[in-house]
This record gives sequence, structure tokens and C-alpha cells, in this order.
Amino acid sequence: MSQTKLQPAAKVAKTQAMPLPHRRRGIYKTPGDWAVDIVIAALITAIVLMVLYPLWFLLIASVSNQNLVNTGKVVWWPKGWSTYGYEQIFKDSRIWTGYANTILYTVAGTALNLVVTLPAAFALSRRELKGRRIVMFFFTVTMFVSGGLIPTYLLYESLGLLDNWLVFVIPSAVNVYNLIIARSFFETSIPEELHDAAQIDGLSYFGYFIKIVVPLSSAIIAVIGLYYMVAHWNDFFTGLVYIQTTSKQPLQLVLRDILLSNQAMSGGNGSVDGAGYGQEFADSIKYGVIIVSTLPLLIVYPFIQKYFNKGVMIGAVKG
Amino acid sequence: MTLTTSSITPNEPNTGPAPTAASSPKPTWLQSAKRYWQLWAMLLPAVIFVAIFSYGPMYGIQLAFRRFDITKGLTGGDWVGFAYFRQFFSNPQFWPIMRNTVVISLWTLVMGFIAPILLALLINQIHSRRVKGFVQTVTYMPHFISVVVIVSMINLFLTPSTGILTRALAVFGLHDVNLLGSTGAFPMLYWMSEVWQHVGWNSIIYLAALSSVDLALYEAAKIDGAGRLQLIRYVDLPTILPTAGILLILNMGHVLGVGFEKVYLMQNPLNLPASEVISTYTYKMGILQNQFSYSTAIGLFNMAINFVMLVVANQISKKVSDTSVF
Repeated sequence: MSQTKLQPAAKVAKTQAMPLPHRRRGIYKTPGDWAVDIVIAALITAIVLMVLYPLWFLLIASVSNQNLVNTGKVVWWPKGWSTYGYEQIFKDSRIWTGYANTILYTVAGTALNLVVTLPAAFALSRRELKGRRIVMFFFTVTMFVSGGLIPTYLLYESLGLLDNWLVFVIPSAVNVYNLIIARSFFETSIPEELHDAAQIDGLSYFGYFIKIVVPLSSAIIAVIGLYYMVAHWNDFFTGLVYIQTTSKQPLQLVLRDILLSNQAMSGGNGSVDGAGYGQEFADSIKYGVIIVSTLPLLIVYPFIQKYFNKGVMIGAVKG
Repeated sequence: MTLTTSSITPNEPNTGPAPTAASSPKPTWLQSAKRYWQLWAMLLPAVIFVAIFSYGPMYGIQLAFRRFDITKGLTGGDWVGFAYFRQFFSNPQFWPIMRNTVVISLWTLVMGFIAPILLALLINQIHSRRVKGFVQTVTYMPHFISVVVIVSMINLFLTPSTGILTRALAVFGLHDVNLLGSTGAFPMLYWMSEVWQHVGWNSIIYLAALSSVDLALYEAAKIDGAGRLQLIRYVDLPTILPTAGILLILNMGHVLGVGFEKVYLMQNPLNLPASEVISTYTYKMGILQNQFSYSTAIGLFNMAINFVMLVVANQISKKVSDTSVF
């Protein structure tokens, strides 16, 4: 069921069959078929607009005069150009501390994730490993059973992880779902002949994994790397429950304070005094903060997007 | 023990099941472990992390049956049996919380299940590869936006009188609605934003299944006189049904597992009667009010229900459609 197997077959079938249906469609396309085509095109357009427009609106609202935004004058293009929100954001040290923290947590966390998950997934993909089913069961159970919030909290407390930045990195080292995806990839996409050849050349499992398997697995490393990265970047819960010190807060908690607790004008941006500070300025900051915090992921996204179908499908087949 | 180890030493270690190993056809556990020690070494870190951070807290579940005493630690408190469960069941908030949890999660479950199937069937109808790729790229995108940002988008767009969605609703004759403060609208806001964010992402799996359809099947159906809609009904839909079944079962295991983060962030004093769910209540009792044992008991109750739902859904599906997760 791997994609590599499917695609050539589909391609062959298509090149052979393509001319025929085209001609046939031209002849037999009934009014009903036309109607279906039009309905489909309309629905697709509507869906694309429904997804894109809110994001586009955030962007144009962030650079518009907020009075015009709030009175409904800003609809398709920015009006009353204003970078006020962004200016305030650049002055706000909370956001940049949060940003730096989140980058640290994300980079360290994702690195540990990959270093722990990939070798384990590789080991589990080796059929000759006696007992791998038991280990797999040991991992899978945790997808359905957990200790719950308080026992976890008490465990972290006893391990000294409360209010410690390592709480973002260490406990989430293995995600079982990602482990299964990686294992399935190694099982289905790395030809067994390579292992035979490596054995003849005297490579140990370590050598085989590092010199042969890893270089062939860029697709899956990109996909689960992105999964892990996004999870760290968007992690809100860990900071909320386990971190007290403001200077250790990740970006998402700072965002919560600014966006949802209406603390847009307190603290950090010292240039303005809180009192008499209108709603429109707060909103302007909010739109800007959303853009500033979401942009990095949306920039990385198109580069990794091509691997998604593959990654999700591998996980689905054996998950 | 020493006998078995000595019997393997003549064989070269780390060479896997080479032909020479055929002399000992059934290697014992210890032999196997010795030969594949490198694989075990690669597995070990993951096992340790999961043992500590996933199984470790499970040991603490006994707290649900003990009166937590900070001086005596996790296991030192007096055994009280099901007292904390009874406390939860007899709480006047018990039924409202259960109802909110079930209402929100059932809506999300049903809509979040149907929408990706429809989207996948629709995207599959696009002939142009480029358009298809574009639509996929666009619809996957919101999946990567953080919960905090999604909730603040809801708040900004639905701000009474100034929000852009509030204005759009006014065009349709719904003036001065305050959906943010409405208890009736909460489940709808929740599942709609959930669908908006994840429908594209969740459709990937169905698109993958649809890409495996044998093109000859379409040709055969066309020759039999099937139109576009009939192709969808009789070829596409049956193709994705097994996948859909498995996903539905897995989702059933989360019926009481409404995500904490989003509900918690969407809560405000006005909608609280409709937005207090088990996970937010557990957090408030446990972390904010330090009722450790009580909170653990609620968490365990929640997990037990989820597990039962998963097993029941699995058994039903096994009987009805031969699809099952385990």
C-alpha cells in the first residue's frame, strides 16, 4: 500500500487511458455532467475563500486604521495605512522574550524528539528483533491510558521539572503516533536488500542506520520533524500548568495574555500609559501579534508541505 | 544460562540471521538479545522516556482512592475507596458538566467526521493537478495555527457590533448578536472553528485512499452508464468506507476527551454554564484549588468512560462491518 508502489501504476494507467476518456467526455458530456462540474467548481471556490479570507483579513486589518476596521470599511484591501500595532509589538519585550523562549524550547525539543524517536522506530521496524511486538504494545497502551493531570503534575514536581524550562523538552520526547509513522516508513520504504548488502559489507546496525537508513529517510524525517516542531511551537498547556516565572513563559502564554486577557497595553510597551487607551489600539496590536506569531510556521509550511500526503498515508496504513 | 550463551558464541555476533545461524534454528531470548543488542540500545531511550513520563503518572492514579496528604507523599494518604468519585457524582455541577462535555464532543465528532469525507470527495473531482495541489495546500494551512490564535480570531471576528462576522450576520438580518456570550452558541462555535481548522488536514487520509482506486473501475462504471454522481456514490464512497470506519472508532474513544486548551481559552463568564467541561473542571479543581485527590478521581472517571466507548465502538464495528482496531 505504499505510495511508491501506487504511483507508477497510476501513471501508466493514466497515460494509456487519457486520450480515450477525453474524447469520450467531449462527446458524452451530458447537461447533467456540466451542471455537476459547475457545482463542484463553485463549492471548491467557496471553500478556498472560506479558508483564505479570514487569514487575509487578519493581514489587512493589522496594517489598517482600526476605526475603519471596526466600522466595517476594511473588506478587501488595507485602508488608512497604519503600522501602529507593529511598532508597539517591536517595543514590547514580553513578546520577544516569549519568542526567544519558544525558539529554544522548539529547537531543543525537536532535536531530542528526533534523536530518540528515529532509532527506536528503526529498531521496531526490524522483523528479526524478538520481542518487538511486546515493546510496541508497551508504547501503544499509552495512547489510550494515561495517569491524568494531577499524578503527572506530582511526578514533575518530584523530578524538579516545575518552573524548569526542561519541562518543555524532556517529558514529550516520544510521541507514540509519530513513532508508529516512522516505523511504518522504515518497514515499507527501505528495501530489505540494502540491509543484506550492508551486512555483507560488515556494517553493524548502528552503521547501517546512520550511513544508509537516515540519508534515505529525508521525507519521513521532515514530516515527523514538522509534527514535533509544530507541537512545541503551539504548546500552550505546558506553560500554563508547569511554569510560573514570567521570563520563562513561551510565546503562546504571552499571546494569551495579550490576545485574550486584554493586557495589550499593560506592562511591556512602556511608551504609552494604560489609562485612556482605546479599544482600537488594542485591536491593532492584536492583529499584529497574530501575524507576527503565526508567520514563521506559515513560511516553513510550503517547503515541507509536499511530504504531507506521504507522511500521513504511511501513518494511516499501519497506524 | 551459561550453556545457552556459549552455544551462540561460535556464531558471529551482529550479523543477523545469516545462513550459518541455521545450525541453531530457534534462538532463545537471551541469544536473540545478545545478537541484537544494538537494536535494543536504539530502543532503550524511548522505552525509558515512556516508562517514566507515561507509565510513571499511572502509578499515581491510586491518589484517586486516597486522601492526599502533602507530608506523606503520593502513596501515604489514607485509603478512602470511592469517596471522591461519590463526591463528584453528587456535586450539583456533575450533570451540567457531563451534558456540556457530551454535547460539545458529539457535535465535533459527527461534524468533524463528515466534513473531511465530503471535502476529500470534492477535491478528488478536480481534474487539474495544479488546482488540486493548490486547494490542498490552502485547506491544510489552518491546521498549523495555534489554539490561542484561533480562539482570538473567533473573539475578534465575533466582537459584538464591530467584529467582521457580527457585521456579516447583520447583513442577513441577525442584528446585535453576541455569540461570544451566548450559551446556546458555544457548541456551534466550537465545532465550526474545529472543522474550519482541521477539515483539510483530516481529508488527506481519504484522498490517499481515493488515489488508490483502480482507474479501470471508473471506466467500467462509465460503460455501465454511471454519471459523475453515481461514480462518487458507487466507486469513491465504498473505497473510503473502511478508513472512515477505523477513524470513527478511534474518535469514539475521545467522546469525553474534549480538548482542554481550546475550551478553556474560549470560556468567559457569560458562556460558562455551557462551556465547563470535564477537562477544564479537572484543571480548576486540581491545579487552581489544589484538590489533588478529587481531581485525580475525575480524570480517572473520564478516562474509564473513554476506554469503554472505544471498546464498545470497536465491538459494534466488528459485528457490523468487519472493521476493527483491535
